[in-house]
Amino acid sequence: MATGRVSIFVTCIVDQVFPRAGMAMAEVLERLGYEVEFRAGQTCCGQPAFNSGYREEAAVVARHFLRVFEGAEWIVVPSGSCGSMIAHHYEELFPGDQEMAKRARALEGRVFEFSRFLLEVARTDDVGARYEGVVTYHDSCHALREMHIKEGPRRLLGKVRGLTLKEMDIAEECCGFGGTFSVKFPEVSGGMARTKVASIVRTGAEAVVSIDSSCLMQLQGALSRAGVGVKTMHLAEVLAAR
Amino acid sequence: MKGQSSVPQAGIESTLGDARLQLAIYTATGRLIDHRKKAVSEEALPDYQELRRIAHELKRHTIENLDYYLAQVERKVAERGGKVVYCEDGAEVSRFVLELARARGERLVVKSKSMTTEEIHLNEALESGQVEAVETDLGEYLLQLAHERPYHIVAPALHKTRYDVADILTGSLGVERETEPEKQTKIARGVLREKFLEAGIGITGANFVVAGSGAVVVVENEGNARLSSSAPRIHIAVAGIEKLIPRARDLAVFLKLLGRSATGQALSVYTSFLAGARREGEADGPEEFYLVLLDNGRSKLLADRDKRESLYCIRCGACLNHCPVYRKIGGHNYPWIYSGPIGAIITPQFHGVEQDPWLPFASSLCGACAEVCPVKIDIPKVLLKLRAEVTASGARGGTERRVFRVWAWVMAHPWWYGVLGKMAAALSPRPAGGGWVNKLPGWMAVGPLGSWLKERDLPPPAEQSFRSQWERRRRGA
Repeated sequence: MATGRVSIFVTCIVDQVFPRAGMAMAEVLERLGYEVEFRAGQTCCGQPAFNSGYREEAAVVARHFLRVFEGAEWIVVPSGSCGSMIAHHYEELFPGDQEMAKRARALEGRVFEFSRFLLEVARTDDVGARYEGVVTYHDSCHALREMHIKEGPRRLLGKVRGLTLKEMDIAEECCGFGGTFSVKFPEVSGGMARTKVASIVRTGAEAVVSIDSSCLMQLQGALSRAGVGVKTMHLAEVLAAR
Repeated sequence: MKGQSSVPQAGIESTLGDARLQLAIYTATGRLIDHRKKAVSEEALPDYQELRRIAHELKRHTIENLDYYLAQVERKVAERGGKVVYCEDGAEVSRFVLELARARGERLVVKSKSMTTEEIHLNEALESGQVEAVETDLGEYLLQLAHERPYHIVAPALHKTRYDVADILTGSLGVERETEPEKQTKIARGVLREKFLEAGIGITGANFVVAGSGAVVVVENEGNARLSSSAPRIHIAVAGIEKLIPRARDLAVFLKLLGRSATGQALSVYTSFLAGARREGEADGPEEFYLVLLDNGRSKLLADRDKRESLYCIRCGACLNHCPVYRKIGGHNYPWIYSGPIGAIITPQFHGVEQDPWLPFASSLCGACAEVCPVKIDIPKVLLKLRAEVTASGARGGTERRVFRVWAWVMAHPWWYGVLGKMAAALSPRPAGGGWVNKLPGWMAVGPLGSWLKERDLPPPAEQSFRSQWERRRRGA
């Protein structure tokens, strides 16, 4: 049994819109023997401002994050995108501030996307989950291309009893969310989502699984608009099921 | 400079709404994606990643030492009986070509595909100087007849189906309607052969300019570039200054990557090494050779350490093919002839970020472009930098900045964040049965929420946020 204390950063979208993904993540971590702490001061990683070109504003949020998570040994995040923002982009937010840049750099080895934490720190690919059904896995872009997470979530899904994974023909293609892109260019973003939805439907899966709730919001929004009865699930929800 | 542009909403919507066009773009780019994938696979090219790394380093080295290599290539071209002509902008290029044409009494120019000459609208400039310029690449020729600009940097007529091509040929040449691609090609070839024989000047682009030998390397599949550079008595190659590479042996890296990334070909059908004018004892080649090296804003990019890598591009078009945005909106909705991800990063740098302030934002930052770029340009990184420059320039207006200021303040004040979250949850409509929101009352369906609802349903905020649930669990435990 693994031991230790992990601090979870649930992200603003999970906190406000998809809390069950966060609860599921905590449940899996506790099942593995970790003591899970939730620092109540946490809010957002700052990515919306960063991706919109407002770096000073993003830095305000990053500073807050660094303050809240001061001293945390492991920070586990149910998102590749927010995790990558923290681990890879915080440093650029503090040009000319050596002290802050150093603190940001120090996060890199401590911030883990959830599936990666299971595989690399908890060193397990079987968390004792059972989920009856056919699912397909959506590669979220930042997890795939900034954090190189590709096989890990599939390995975890592969160990879930009762679960069948059916791959999409375009699993790696963007869902079209892209943060504020989704509302700045709604027609393009919506078109991208429909392309992905068509691929999801072709698999015949009853649920699409991802490690990023923002992609799932985009996909579920498009599925629901199209009246397609496929549900979306965060990987943590599948792994928490038994 | 033109005035500030805004999102080409009408163009985007008409492209998205044109099912035939959507299919044409998706199919053509999809084919290129498949071909590339096979060509760079582990079995086909085991050292692909290593080649990309080396290509990036070679480009970096050359761009960092461009002054040295420019001086070298000038010397080497002269040694081979040619001449390097430096041009600050398009006007200087057309002036040079027109003066040369006048001095030699030439009225007809044949051109092979060159994005650099498209960039400076050379054809139009020559035409206004009474010199006819004929495009000889099939796709470019069709677009010239149709009065359109290239849709794609490698496959300029990618958006045209063979039925479109039939219309163009019949409409402008008066030939009988022909829908078979092979026969269509024959028709074009018939016209173009005459032009090759007649023209006194041939203008080509350059995929690479080898500084160490003064050779221009042109990669193509139709043979028209080879003809353009050898049939007329004068050959002018037009290249951006960033096309330099140090040594001929560096081609072993770049040629391996270019064809595979562009079309999935291990090597294109023709790879021409064009060095200087015909020398004594040689049987063929042009009598005069000029290498026009164009700046047109490139040195501005050189000055910016953070975004300089934009100049490493070898114009393979892979980023366009793999870009989910390009695949939806096509090439003509981009403000300049360079479309797709590479267009989105170089256009603002050439024209100034204020001119098309929306462009760096027209990306989901998915990173598919950087993943396939043969010279490893970190396109998303440059896009992010450009976004910051756009907001700093004030081109997005003050409201958005104020919104983000307030937003950042809230995010740094958890109590307010919590309260506002609860308010949003209380205000949000909740469809019966726990479904997602399809429609909001008019006063709510504005701004980002309204945009979202145009295309997708919206999840209502959770009745109990994670923090509330966690707190309750902690107390209960």
